[in-house]
Amino acid sequence: MSDRLLLTSAQMASFAARGFLRFDAAVPDQLNRAFLAQVDDVPADAVASIREHYGRIMAGSAIPRIPAGTPLAQAYDTGSPIARILELPVVKGAIHSLVGEDPAFDHHFLHLTYPPAFARVEGREPVAQPYHQDSTIDPRRAFDIQLMYFPHEVTAEMGGTRFLPGSHLRIVSEAAIARYQNLRGQQHVVCPPGTLLVLHHGIWHGGGVNRSARLRYMFKIRLCPTRRQRRLWDTADLPAQPTDQRPIFWTDARGNDDPIAAILTRPEPWFEADTGRLEYLNRIRLWRYLLGDEHFDADYWLTRVENEPG
Amino acid sequence: MVLYLATSALDSPAVGWSMYDGSGAREYMAGDAGNADTPPYASGLDALRDGWRLIQASQLLPHPPGGEFRTDYLKYEFFFEKLVPQHE
Repeated sequence: MSDRLLLTSAQMASFAARGFLRFDAAVPDQLNRAFLAQVDDVPADAVASIREHYGRIMAGSAIPRIPAGTPLAQAYDTGSPIARILELPVVKGAIHSLVGEDPAFDHHFLHLTYPPAFARVEGREPVAQPYHQDSTIDPRRAFDIQLMYFPHEVTAEMGGTRFLPGSHLRIVSEAAIARYQNLRGQQHVVCPPGTLLVLHHGIWHGGGVNRSARLRYMFKIRLCPTRRQRRLWDTADLPAQPTDQRPIFWTDARGNDDPIAAILTRPEPWFEADTGRLEYLNRIRLWRYLLGDEHFDADYWLTRVENEPG
Repeated sequence: MVLYLATSALDSPAVGWSMYDGSGAREYMAGDAGNADTPPYASGLDALRDGWRLIQASQLLPHPPGGEFRTDYLKYEFFFEKLVPQHE
């Protein structure tokens, strides 16, 4: 049996179109508990202040300090909870499919969101983190991934990470999008323990307000490809003729008979009428890159605008 | 109030929204609608009919050569205001 479950073409196309994959309860409870134990998970009333708590965790937890650019295979001690999570077949397979079997570690961070009393003691009300894109303007076709690991149950009251499916191909500058408060189709992560969210680096997201009485933990790891991201997933379900086109606009009742084209041209609720079509073009370009096939198209969107007969 | 619409037409559907209340009556923030897909008004025209005044609309700008297919910030942004008594 393989040590990794590679993604299917449909999962990869969904990632290209929406910028995320979600794996609910992918990490077993025993590992979740081992992870929380090593980061000094404590009841909220055992925390004096946010500064004191972060200082204590950074100084004393088993989360290592790892230089950016370290090969992922060398980043974590064998047998540590994080190394064991990364070795889970579903996690290893997703990483391999998206950024290859030998990605580089960029950074990691333990995000804690504290109950409202911690803000009030500082004389302020808790506020949600505005929408942002991580890092900075990044117009590459190649992409990094961010693993978000939720080691315990996240309820709606705990205000899990908010993200906007399909926003990852927009070229914006980090917090410049903070003005946008709510967008149709946005999702808040409410999940069972051990859930993993795998995000394209460009997806718009922000932390929610934790209105519960306990601390909320989310551990994030950013990984970078070190090889060309071409057909790294399980391609067994790719159509034999991926460049064949289906009828468009004037169609019959069969509907979408090409699953990849259907995935790449499915709109998000927040799409504007005209730029939603540009999103299709950009998704198709990303899929061309992943396929290594500059002739691939879905519903003629690129063929039409590239047609300049000599 | 800021509405993000599907096209440059003020009567097109709202796809996003933000609220900033200078009266102090309520604090709005990112994501406070949860997963709800219902904007405060279905369109900009609906907001006008409810007494909001349009004070700014996005310009329609030509697409720079080479950047025709690039997507970035939301394109159809409309700012509205409504004058209310200051919250005590």
